[in-house]
Amino acid sequence: MSESVRCSVGIDLGSTTTKAVILDSEGHIIGRGITNSRSNYDLAAAVAREEARISARFGLLRKEVERSAGRDVLDQLLKAFRLSQTLAQLARLHALIDDEIDRAVASALRRPAHDAVTLIVSRIEDEEQAWFDAPDERAGDRSDFFRDAAGSAYMRFAEEIGDPIGASFDLLAGLYDKCIIRVENEPLELGFRDHIGSALERIGSPAAVRDGIERAVSVTIDEVCTVGTGYGRARLPFPKEQIRSEILCHGLGAHAMFPATRTVLDIGGQDTKAIQVDAQGIVTSFQMNDRCAAGCGRYLGYIADEMNIGVHELGPLAEKSSRRIKINSTCTVFAGAELRERLSLGERREDILAGLHRAIILRAMSLLARSGGVEEQFTFTGGVARNPAAVRALRQLVRENYGERTLNISPDSIYTGALGAALFAHRDVTARAAAAPAEPGQQAGEAEVQR
Amino acid sequence: MSQASKGEKHEAAKDRSMVLQKQMIAEHYERLERAPETGEPVVYTFVPGNLTELIRAFGALPVLPEINALQSGMRGRSRDFISEAERLGHSEDVCTYVKCDIGMLKSGNIGPTGTRLPKPDLLLLSYTGCYTFMKWFELLREEYDCPTVFLQVPYQGDGKLSAEHRDYIAQQLRGQVIPALEKVTGKKYDDTIEAELKRRLALAAKAEDDLVAVLQSAKKKPSPIDAYFGGVYYIGPIFSAFRGTEEGVAYYEALRQEVEARAAAGKGPITPDGPLDKQDYRLVVEGPPNWTHFRQFWSMFSDWNAVVVASTYTKVGGVYDFGFRHDPDDPLGTMADYCGGCYTNLNMPSRIDMLVDYIEQYSADGFLINSVKSCNSFSAGQLLMLREVEKRTGIPGAFIESDLVDPRYFSAANIKNRLESYLQMVDARRAERAGGGGGGGGSQGAEARP
Ligand code: SF4
Repeated sequence: MSESVRCSVGIDLGSTTTKAVILDSEGHIIGRGITNSRSNYDLAAAVAREEARISARFGLLRKEVERSAGRDVLDQLLKAFRLSQTLAQLARLHALIDDEIDRAVASALRRPAHDAVTLIVSRIEDEEQAWFDAPDERAGDRSDFFRDAAGSAYMRFAEEIGDPIGASFDLLAGLYDKCIIRVENEPLELGFRDHIGSALERIGSPAAVRDGIERAVSVTIDEVCTVGTGYGRARLPFPKEQIRSEILCHGLGAHAMFPATRTVLDIGGQDTKAIQVDAQGIVTSFQMNDRCAAGCGRYLGYIADEMNIGVHELGPLAEKSSRRIKINSTCTVFAGAELRERLSLGERREDILAGLHRAIILRAMSLLARSGGVEEQFTFTGGVARNPAAVRALRQLVRENYGERTLNISPDSIYTGALGAALFAHRDVTARAAAAPAEPGQQAGEAEVQR
Repeated sequence: MSQASKGEKHEAAKDRSMVLQKQMIAEHYERLERAPETGEPVVYTFVPGNLTELIRAFGALPVLPEINALQSGMRGRSRDFISEAERLGHSEDVCTYVKCDIGMLKSGNIGPTGTRLPKPDLLLLSYTGCYTFMKWFELLREEYDCPTVFLQVPYQGDGKLSAEHRDYIAQQLRGQVIPALEKVTGKKYDDTIEAELKRRLALAAKAEDDLVAVLQSAKKKPSPIDAYFGGVYYIGPIFSAFRGTEEGVAYYEALRQEVEARAAAGKGPITPDGPLDKQDYRLVVEGPPNWTHFRQFWSMFSDWNAVVVASTYTKVGGVYDFGFRHDPDDPLGTMADYCGGCYTNLNMPSRIDMLVDYIEQYSADGFLINSVKSCNSFSAGQLLMLREVEKRTGIPGAFIESDLVDPRYFSAANIKNRLESYLQMVDARRAERAGGGGGGGGSQGAEARP
């Protein structure tokens, strides 16, 4: 009989990404996965879970063979695995686009469209291969999302080769947009078992790894309890006891990452939450933004769109500011108008952005104050925690209002909610296990007393 | 099968008071519609500080604009009424009761039961604790060009109504309110009217006794009532036009019997989703409900088997559970006490005391504040109250935000998220207290095992 690991799983179905964390029976993290959220929530959850299982198997493999095979070989294997997954997705994308061309494109344009797409795909494949061959690129150094990696390459090549071949960029981009959604919305075979073989071949099947893989493949990852959380949690097909609010999960997750945490600020895409937790990570009080999304991640998204830059570029740009401009409104609806007005007044983009970041954090400060203030230690989570200008504004305002506080930001902060959910699952399992044998024992005890 | 028939009997019993209530309200609105022909004078007044016994003793009929507004909210009409008022220039920040009322008026003044509302013969403002009330009647005076009388009610800044304040209110009743009523009804405040007033005050006290018994039944486990969502139905008659009336007394007798029967049978209240006999959370609520999504809001609680055991909102037209009753032997004095004792006329320490008292007396697991955007009489200071109540009871509170009748301010997902998070937080703390370690997590060491 093959070995099995009893695990607890946490799934955080967020508005933009879905995360999964797997814990072993001791409550230690053994796997994590992330994917784009999509209209099909079940699938998003399934993909994140599968990714987490893959990372768990890699973890097992690493434990098993790292010493004999060496770290580099394993990193290389992981890269090969990612490559294999990406190529599979790319092939599927290609097939879907071909179908779409035959179905929806005017016959005169079909030939050039097919040719252009074939060329684009082979260029992307080359690029992927080059990435794999480059010795100093690591698997974890780039986005895990197929859409991010392949999407931008596709557009780049479409621009370059579309027109010369006779297929316009707009046509190619339209085909991509239509089909990428389908690639994301159908379950592809992207699991460990499906790709580890070809990945192994790609790195020359070193014997030291091959045996370990046997075990990593055959181990049963036995998910004894799953807890779901996040924005879309109500749509997870779980019974109610297995659903926890993201406020509780963020509290517990932040506590697990930084046990001395007493205050948590989470600024996500849709909402902002200020949470106070006790020494066990249990929430004692919280506040969240009202119905209006002003000051949340979504607001930064609008600003980025308005400025025609990526969201991740906003913070670094704001960091270049030398003269912060005071912005009062964090209203998402007015964001564009406010920005254009400032620009028309001749203000510099970085100064406006510095002001915007401060305005967002000011709103968060008011929620923090309402939830009970900022205690030592303080943990910042959510997508906005990766924005350096937001972090700087937060540090400054916390110091001004509460004095020195330790501010924790984990590089893995995106997994905070899923980790909290997994810990709740783990706790449920432990409680169940503790309850089961306790009862007869208790009764026996009582009987003794009676006697 | 006996189970089911029992359930049916309860439904039927519940129906009796509801039927009564529906009947009396319908009759009242019909009577109001006929008032221009019958010549019955009509007095507009507000729920807090309403002087129904006095109005009725003069043979006049009360109209309560807030009740019309909240009814419009419940019937899905408020959105249009509010837009209408905003089109007329009333800002988005004005209390939505006002805009809903003005919008209704401008759309033909058809009341909640579909009958036309009569014009007022008198605007009687008998509680000045809310500034909006004054502005509201100023707007109505503009519209109807009718006499207006303002009863100035001093705020209980230091936690009680002083003797001078009481005298001051009584003096105004004698010197301004009564003469104004005399003028519009053409009747003198003589012995006959005074006797009628006293008779009505006695009726009021009787209904108040029954109401208090109903509300206090929630101390029982399981609670036979929901003291917020159900409670707003229970206070309907006494806070609107029926305090000091025979119908009012009959309604509360019937209601009390029903509730006592339910309590004796160990039954919970009937919610929109069926009976709530299994009650996992007992909550105290501060602040008015949202009316536009009333059922949905209630379901968010009943879905979690949460029952509200006490609420301050059900005291908005009179705080009776700390002993005050209308006293027929001192008509003016008792009306002064009543007006000065309005819930929103209480200072923050008194409101905090009240919440703490409810949490303790009703053995609540938690408390929740619904902070409505419209009403500063309620909302100002609520967060401070929350912190203070938490400190004194050791029980965490929840804070949600919505509005009275403006549907644009009800974000179901946001409210649901907060409420669920709160209830799970109560759970987690229970588990923690029970020694489950509260989910500190495996990485923080193994949990204690027996
Ligand atoms: S502000 Fe509050 S008390 Fe005043 S009229 Fe509006 S709801 Fe009533």
